[in-house]
This record gives sequence, structure tokens and C-alpha cells, in this order.
Amino acid sequence: MTSLPTTVHKKLGLVIDLDTCVGCHACVTACKGWNTQNYGVPLSDQDAYGDASGTFLNRIHAFQVQPDPKLADHVPPRLAQTIHFPKSCLHCDDAPCVTVCPTGASYKRAEDGIVLVNEDACMGCGLCAWACPYGAREVDEAAGVMKKCTLCVDRIYNETLPEVDRQPACVRTCPTGARHFGDLADPDSHVSKLVAARGGMDLMPEQGTRPVNKYLPPRPKDAIQAPELTGDEDILAPFLAPVAEEPKGLLAWVDRALEKI
Amino acid sequence: MHPAPSVIIFSTLSGAGFGLLVFLGLGLPVVTGWVAFGFYFIGFALAVGGLLSAVFHLKNPKNAWKSYSQWRSSWLSREGWAAVLALLAMGVYAFLQVFFAITVPPLGWIGAALSLFTVLTTSMIYAQLRTVPRWNQLPATPVMFLTTALAGGALLSANLAAAGILLVLAGAATVWHWLAGDRRFGEVGSTTRTATGLNGHVSLWEKPHTGGNYLTREMVFQIGRKHALKLRVVALALMVGLPLILVLLPMSHLTAVIAVLSYLAGVLTQRWLFFAEAEHVVGLYYGAHDRPIAA
Repeated sequence: MTSLPTTVHKKLGLVIDLDTCVGCHACVTACKGWNTQNYGVPLSDQDAYGDASGTFLNRIHAFQVQPDPKLADHVPPRLAQTIHFPKSCLHCDDAPCVTVCPTGASYKRAEDGIVLVNEDACMGCGLCAWACPYGAREVDEAAGVMKKCTLCVDRIYNETLPEVDRQPACVRTCPTGARHFGDLADPDSHVSKLVAARGGMDLMPEQGTRPVNKYLPPRPKDAIQAPELTGDEDILAPFLAPVAEEPKGLLAWVDRALEKI
Repeated sequence: MHPAPSVIIFSTLSGAGFGLLVFLGLGLPVVTGWVAFGFYFIGFALAVGGLLSAVFHLKNPKNAWKSYSQWRSSWLSREGWAAVLALLAMGVYAFLQVFFAITVPPLGWIGAALSLFTVLTTSMIYAQLRTVPRWNQLPATPVMFLTTALAGGALLSANLAAAGILLVLAGAATVWHWLAGDRRFGEVGSTTRTATGLNGHVSLWEKPHTGGNYLTREMVFQIGRKHALKLRVVALALMVGLPLILVLLPMSHLTAVIAVLSYLAGVLTQRWLFFAEAEHVVGLYYGAHDRPIAA
């Protein structure tokens, strides 16, 4: 049943430190490597040496943050920052991807809260990917089934691996220690303590998903050389107009026809 | 959202087909013999043709039968059940009318209710998604789908007075859905700041990969913004304007066919816009729908 479990015994998840992540993509590679050879179908690539595209369960975005002189905690002025932003499934308590699934392929485990896809039951309709605000689910173009982070369920309980390796591949490989794995339902776990100490936060709380994974905000940088800001510093904007892409074929005809109306 | 032709054709055709079955089930008109065969052929061809089109949207259709299992939680599963039950009830009702000239009104009422419920389930698949604020409008999204389907059904079943009223209602519901939908993204309140939890002027600096991916193709897709207003006018003119004029004039078979084709073309445009104008919040992680520098 794709109803959500009423109680979960554990809330296994990740705590991701935005202060420490350097955006090296090691977790992306480790994730793709492990999950291509283990749980479910491989994570395929299409046209890898041309117009490349592929399935990933973990992606690193990067954001720029310019200080806002109107925000109270940005006084005194701060320097601009770039933030590397890893994103994978947040194993939400109220996972909207699970309840929309018509086939029963998507489910949330009562024992540890991990959200999984039973690929043998997935029909590739993509509705769960539409329901996820975080872009954590991707249809594999080669296999036609939904792929998502399994929290390396085939590592964390795997007694054939050395104990040190019984954590998600992304956490095990992170060279800066920006990723932490543990039980977020247990207030005494090291991840819960981290969240409490550093003000761990939810992504898009307004979507009502109650994510298990938490993000630790970046610590404030030095403000010694920060200039006084007025809010009108964006002098390059006029020179950065987007490059238009012209449509071709039927679309071009429709475009021209509508232009003439 | 990517306007996939299979899904747009599905909701247009099966909406009109189930709309027609609603009127036939209610005995508006009561038909038997060859006339009934003609009506039901059109109704079933549109409804089933639409459903078959939707199957092309699946990437792994061999598991489609499993979609009947989760009706307790999933609107998509409920849609499958409603469609099959509606077609079964209306199939028996039509069989008796066509071959034995027997009309069983209660069976028709059940079939009509199930046909209407099928359209409702289709609309709820979209309306339930908080992630796509323009679709997540209650009751505007279901009202738009239901009035559009009923207007088509009235037109196809030659209930001209009802068609006139329902076409106006469908047009009003569509305009309501557009205008309220234009504000929905702001109302939901998802911004790059809530998506990242970062404070200040937050904007995308670098995408995860240089190429596109399933998410950008499916959900961050943007098309037709430049002509959205013109297409809205085109949709209304074809879906409501022309059919309404033809309904008010003396009707012949030719003008009826023109009215139906114009209506279907208008609904196709309306549904294309329904997808093309819809913005998914995941776009915020890819630099789309960014309201620039909102402090």
C-alpha cells in the first residue's frame, strides 16, 4: 500500500553541512558508482560523449548569496558567498511521492523511514517525480523505471562489509566530512546533536513534506573587508541578457503564425 | 511542465468522451438502434482512445495493470478504476439500448455518475500536486475539467441549450483558473530562499551538470511564454466563442461538426497551456521561476 506508515521506529537520514561542503562532487561519483552496481537497475547515461545526460540520485548545485542590506542579521555588512548545495532524497515523513503512486512501487519503510521504489512494480508514469518538490526522483531513460536515493540500504545493513563501510556511499566518501548519517528520531544520536547545535533546517518547509534530512547553514564569513552596500550593486546585469534559442520546424511555424496575429 | 502530447490528447479526448457518456447515461437523449450505436461509438472511441494515448506516456507500460492496486491512496489508481467501471456500466447500458431497444435508467445514472467521477479523478491527479502551484487550485482545477468535459458532452449529444450554458461556464472556469493560477506560485511561497534555506539575495550560480537531465526536461521545461496571452485568446475563441455562435444559429450536421472540431481544438490549446504555463517548484534549484532579488 502506498499509504504512509503511521509510526516509524527510526528516522534514518542525512545531515548535510553547507559550511563544509566544497562542491567536489565526490559524493555524486561514489553514489553513481555504488548504485550502478547494486540495488535495482543501473543508473544509465545517454550520449555520454555528446549531448550528455544521465540518471543521478545525488546532485550538487551551487548558489551565490549576496548580502541583503535590508536583512537585520546582515548588519554589519557581509561578503558575498558561494554555497555548494548537495541534494538527494530527503526521506520525508510526509512523502508526497509515496501516496501518489498508483502501482504500489513507492513505499516508506516503517522500520527505518527509508523511502524506496520497488522497480518490479513501477510503470514509469513519473507522477512521483512530479509530486517531489526537491527533484529527488528521476526516471532512468534506459530502464524506464523510477530511480531514487535508497540511503544505500544495501550498505548500511550489509554485514559482509567492514563496519566502517556500513554507511551511505556519499557519506563514506566525503573528503571534508560534510555529510553525516544517523537516526534523526533519536535525540542522542550524533546527527540529532549536530542539528541542535548548528540550527539544522528543512528545505521548503511550506511544502509540508516534513523532510528527515537536515541542512546545516553556512557559518557567517569574516566581515572585515565587506563594503557598504546600498542594494544597487548589480552593474553587470544589462550585459548578461539571456541568449535566445530559435525554435525550428513545426514550432517555428506556429511561432511565426502567432507572431502575425 | 513539459506539455507531453500523449497526456494532452488523453485529457482532451477522454474528457469529451466521458462528457458525452454522462448525457447519454442521463437519457439526454434516450437513443436506441443505429442512432444509439453512432452516439456510443463516438463516446467510447473518444474515451478509450484518450485512455490508450495516456498509456504511451508510461515508460514501463508492462506494469500498468498494477496501477489498479492503490486506489485507497492514489488518484491515478482511482482514475483507472473509475474509467473501467464507467465504461463497463455504460457498455451494458449501451448494449441493451443498441440491440434490444431496452433502456435501464438506473444503470444509466450509475454510468453517468462514474463517467463524471472519472473526469474528477483526472483533474485531482493534477490538483493534488502542491509542487505545481498552478495546478494545485481547489476547486478551480476540478471545476475547469468538469465544466469543459460537460460542455463537450452537451455539444456532442446535441443538447443545444445545455451546451450554450455549459460552454459559457467552461469559459468562465478556464479564465478563473488562468487568473487565479497566475498568482498561485507567489501564494504557495516557495522561493530560492526557502528551497535552500539561505538568506540574502540567493541565485543559482552553477547547475549540477553541464547537460540537461530528466528533471529539467520534464519539469523545468519552459515554452510558449511569449505567446501565452494570444494562445489564451485562441483557446477561448475556439473552445467557447465559435461553438457558442454555431449553437445559437440554426444547427445543421455540418455546423455541428464544425462546432465539435472547433471545441476540441480549443480544449487542446487550453490543455497545452495547462502544462506549458505550469511551473514546478523544483525549477528553483535550476535557476527557473526566480523572482529576481526579492528581499
